[in-house]
Amino acid sequence: MSFVVTVAFRLMREGRFQTALILAGVTIGVAVVVYITAVVAGLQANIIDKTLSTQAHLVLKPREDENRRLIAPPAGGAVRAEVEKRTQRENTIDDWQQRLDAVRALPGIASGAAIASGPGFATRGGINKSVSLIGVELDDYARIVPLAPKLKAGAIALPTGTVMIGSELARELGLAPGSRLRLLSATGAAQTFTVGAVLDFGLRDLNRRWTLLPLRAAQSLLGYRLEVTELYFRADNLFEADALKARARALTGLDADSWQDNNAQLVVALRSQSASSMMIRVFVTFAVALGIASVLVVSVVQKQREIGILRAMGAPASRIRAIFLLQGALVGGVGSLLGTALGAAMAVGLSRIAITPDGSPLFPVVITPGLFYVTAGVASAVGVLSAFAPAWRAARLDPVEAIRHG
Amino acid sequence: MAEVIRLEGVRKGYGGGEAPWVEVLHGVDLVLHEGEFVSLAGPSGSGKSTLLNIMGLLEPPNDGALTIAGERAEALDDDARTRLRNRYLGFVFQFHHLLPAFSALENVLMPVFAGTGRLPAGAREHALALLERVGLAEHAGKRPVQLSGGQQQRVAIVRALANRPRLVLADEPTGNLDTQTAAEVFALMHDINREQGVTFLVVTHDERLAQDCPRRVNLVDGRIAPSPALVG
Ligand SMILES: Nc1ncnc2c1ncn2[C@@H]1O[C@H](COP(=O)(O)OP(=O)(O)OP(=O)(O)O)[C@@H](O)[C@H]1O
Ligand SMILES: [Mg+2]
Repeated sequence: MSFVVTVAFRLMREGRFQTALILAGVTIGVAVVVYITAVVAGLQANIIDKTLSTQAHLVLKPREDENRRLIAPPAGGAVRAEVEKRTQRENTIDDWQQRLDAVRALPGIASGAAIASGPGFATRGGINKSVSLIGVELDDYARIVPLAPKLKAGAIALPTGTVMIGSELARELGLAPGSRLRLLSATGAAQTFTVGAVLDFGLRDLNRRWTLLPLRAAQSLLGYRLEVTELYFRADNLFEADALKARARALTGLDADSWQDNNAQLVVALRSQSASSMMIRVFVTFAVALGIASVLVVSVVQKQREIGILRAMGAPASRIRAIFLLQGALVGGVGSLLGTALGAAMAVGLSRIAITPDGSPLFPVVITPGLFYVTAGVASAVGVLSAFAPAWRAARLDPVEAIRHG
Repeated sequence: MAEVIRLEGVRKGYGGGEAPWVEVLHGVDLVLHEGEFVSLAGPSGSGKSTLLNIMGLLEPPNDGALTIAGERAEALDDDARTRLRNRYLGFVFQFHHLLPAFSALENVLMPVFAGTGRLPAGAREHALALLERVGLAEHAGKRPVQLSGGQQQRVAIVRALANRPRLVLADEPTGNLDTQTAAEVFALMHDINREQGVTFLVVTHDERLAQDCPRRVNLVDGRIAPSPALVG
């Protein structure tokens, strides 16, 4: 083994107590970072997953109508005018098949579906319930909003004349697969459907209002002929939805909203959560760095006689420096291994405690190999950086002084 | 005989800034030759240790010329001084200054290890042979605290020889030992000097030990004066 490695190990072994203390400090610091990272990542992935389980990543809608200015301002002049917002017509998208195909062809778009939706009523036995009539082509739609996990009764299928309804509506109207249900639209058109499936969308409001019916049936009920009201898309990477939005808009001339637009509050909440967890991680890292530095500074002072002797024996300053840098790296590296193990264990432990009534974890913790590598790398680097000041100090010691006073 | 080290007009002082400037060495001229065994005497505080530190390249002189093995050394940078020190010089201090965390053998290997950064083939055998020569072969694995004062100092002497230096600088190597042990350690250095031709410069206050030295120099008033014994 080389001189630097041998001496570094020997010094650390001599100062067992200090080495143990500093290792414990690094381990705890790394464990906190790993734990917070894993739990926050798990929480966020879970929240996003839940939120997007009934939403598209990208939604294209008709352009909003705007009033045109009747008087154009003269060049260099101004006109005082009050331009009112106009009431929006029930707008639809024609030529949608072409536009759907065009956006589907964009790189980064996984799938797309056309939706024809509008307000309506569900009636049975004289009870009227206000519902959303959502016409879909089932195969396309299911690729964007996964339905199989939501099935409570019946089968996922939409042959002509069937409807899939939310569990609350089923309860309120006493419906089960096979029951008959009459749907009316605001235009007065009505049709009777057979309930094919009862679904749990995860939200009471959706469970009360959502009715999924074949696209054709919805179009004729709502009086749309061949048009649709929205185009839904799923992106390969959901965080690219915002970037895809502009391209889809330019391609189709339609208005586009990403899931981030539709869930602005959630996005803000997730961002501030990420920011605070980042702050915690940064501060913990600083605390760990200061801990390593202070223990090594003390060790340099304690060992100055030995350092002076080594210098007198002919150890170059660079080698003395390397001894302490290596100690920093070792402490950071070993501490990060212990710390990731401890942090991962704590996160897994939490996911065992925080469980839903049915016994499944409230949220999955996300512990990736990447987290291990990054933490180990950062901790080792922090170890080396923290050792800089002590190492330089050790290398600069005047051997005569060090031997005399050490 | 070839020169091992040459000092010309070497000056050294301390202080400056707040403290007043005090010059300790006022122009030391000294030449040591290959195979010599020289004792250095002088009153306490006369600058003997300071002189040895300068000769040993542990601190630079303020003025004057220092030539080691034909190389001008007074203005070398830290790395070059360290390299020259490691290759040509060995130190023995008043206190053994062995590293407590390492065994006797490891301490002996330290100059080779520290200088090259690793252990070259044969270094171990050489170190063991040296320990054997001073009768410490069976103590090679012991830590310094497990050795007696005389044994510690013998390990320190062996350590000074480990890198096959041309000059060993010993600063009161027997100052901490009882008379009997001091005489033995001194005799050992004489023997090694004769056997291996290594030059020794030994600081000692002990007149009886100094008497056995073929050449004696005194440090008086910051300059080298030939020993009266030699003049007379
Ligand atoms: N780093 C320093 N700063 C200030 N003064 C110093 C320093 N080193 C040595 N001196 C002074 O230089 C003078 C010579 O010191 P030195 O240790 O060389 O004497 P010495 O001859 O070895 O004495 P002794 O026989 O007691 O060991 C002393 O007056 C000492 O106080
Ligand atoms: Mg002295």
